[in-house]
Amino acid sequence: MIAASKRVFEEAGNQVSFMGDFFRKIFSSGFEGNEFIRQCFIIGYKSLSLVGITGFILGFVMTLQSEPTMAEFGAGSYVPGMVAISIIREIGPVIIALICAGKISSSIGAELGSMKVSEQIDAMEVSGANPIQYLVVTRILACTIMIPLLTLMADTLALFGGFAASNINGNYSFFLYFHKAFASLTFVDLVPSFIKTIFFGFAIGFVGCYKGYNSNRGTESVGVAANSAVVNASLWIILIDAIAVQLTSVFAYN
Amino acid sequence: MNKTEHDTDKSQSVIEMRHIKKSFGKKEVLTDINMKLFKGENLVVLGKSGTGKSVTIKCMVGLLVQDEGTAVVLGEDVNNLTSDQLKELRAKVGFLFQSAALYDSMTVRENLEFPLTRVLKLRDKADITQRIEEVLEAVGLANAIDMMPSDLSGGMRKRIGLARTLILKPEIMLYDEPTTGLDPITSREISELILQMQKKYKTSSIIITHDMACAEVTGDRLLVMHEGKIVAEGNYDELQNSEDKLVRSFFK
Repeated sequence: MIAASKRVFEEAGNQVSFMGDFFRKIFSSGFEGNEFIRQCFIIGYKSLSLVGITGFILGFVMTLQSEPTMAEFGAGSYVPGMVAISIIREIGPVIIALICAGKISSSIGAELGSMKVSEQIDAMEVSGANPIQYLVVTRILACTIMIPLLTLMADTLALFGGFAASNINGNYSFFLYFHKAFASLTFVDLVPSFIKTIFFGFAIGFVGCYKGYNSNRGTESVGVAANSAVVNASLWIILIDAIAVQLTSVFAYN
Repeated sequence: MNKTEHDTDKSQSVIEMRHIKKSFGKKEVLTDINMKLFKGENLVVLGKSGTGKSVTIKCMVGLLVQDEGTAVVLGEDVNNLTSDQLKELRAKVGFLFQSAALYDSMTVRENLEFPLTRVLKLRDKADITQRIEEVLEAVGLANAIDMMPSDLSGGMRKRIGLARTLILKPEIMLYDEPTTGLDPITSREISELILQMQKKYKTSSIIITHDMACAEVTGDRLLVMHEGKIVAEGNYDELQNSEDKLVRSFFK
């Protein structure tokens, strides 16, 4: 019991120290601009299709599932607004972040883990270069910027998905659907959810980098790093979301 | 290549390890390491796997921190340096890893550019290209400049790893099992390359190995490590004729 709690505190201390290294290196000279752009390309552009399809289907399925029940109550015309609010406030950011945790956090964990195992990180450090600046700062910043943008794109496609589902029965014109969807939305829906995606992006990049950078020796640890990166990043996302919802309820919706 | 051509200056040590102890959990890996590397010397450290040879050289560059003892490199106590001072010191100490540790996602050219642009902060493209071509020429792989590490053989990877280290013109070279995993012919080529590079770049070197052919070709002085301690010292011939059973077992 004591040993287990010691491990928890040690792990927490190591994560805080790693985060401290990250923040110190952001502001020190020698920012790796080219590597940052390369990471934005890998993390953002290469996730476009997965995130786009997921977003579209989210809106499509939600509309299809809720329309018959809402119609029973004679509230079918509320479906576009309801889908838009739930996608933009909650479901879009969380689902896209969880998908990105699976795709991006695991790949960062595995990449840095294999670099650690094959002594590439040690080689970088011993040559006098700074691996935190080159490998960690670029990846965490790229995630922090790209995940919110991917979520915005997915939210937009989800609205189109909702329109496609509504339009199967020919109920709505394009303009009527989007008019109804946007009439229910305000900036108070969009801004807090956009801010929380920035934290989701940070969590995805940070956990992936931490797990990969601190993996043990041996090829098995690469798999362990990738796996624990996904599990921990997902947990972080759920926790951040719970806190964000509480804060938003208190400060934004009241 | 004749190894007696080296100019070893026994009055000046470039690395000195005093009473180094290091444990991992309950396992004591280094029990009491005392050793010196003299200027211009090729020092071979022999020992079975798991005796702490790699741990010793990692303590020299601060990749691992010893529990007790002092590691003095080029007159500086490695553990009393600020991160900037350590960075400066590391630029003077080359480290060739057992796996060569080439950066997988970069071409050979980018691997060699990396220390030049990050450590020496060079920006002039022509100067960078000239240095890369020169060092690739020195290790005999000028035509591999645009290849990816995954396209290189084990021996080529070692050569490129050596080139990436030598491009910073270090004063000291640390080789972690440079011939492990290579066939006998390539091993001999790498051993001779180590000698050539020492002559060309005038480095002092520590070579960790259990390959006796490599030790014979490269070593001016040999140390034998056993259970975290140095147990024997001498040149190749002296150790070959040693009466100690453990020392002799390396030469069978």
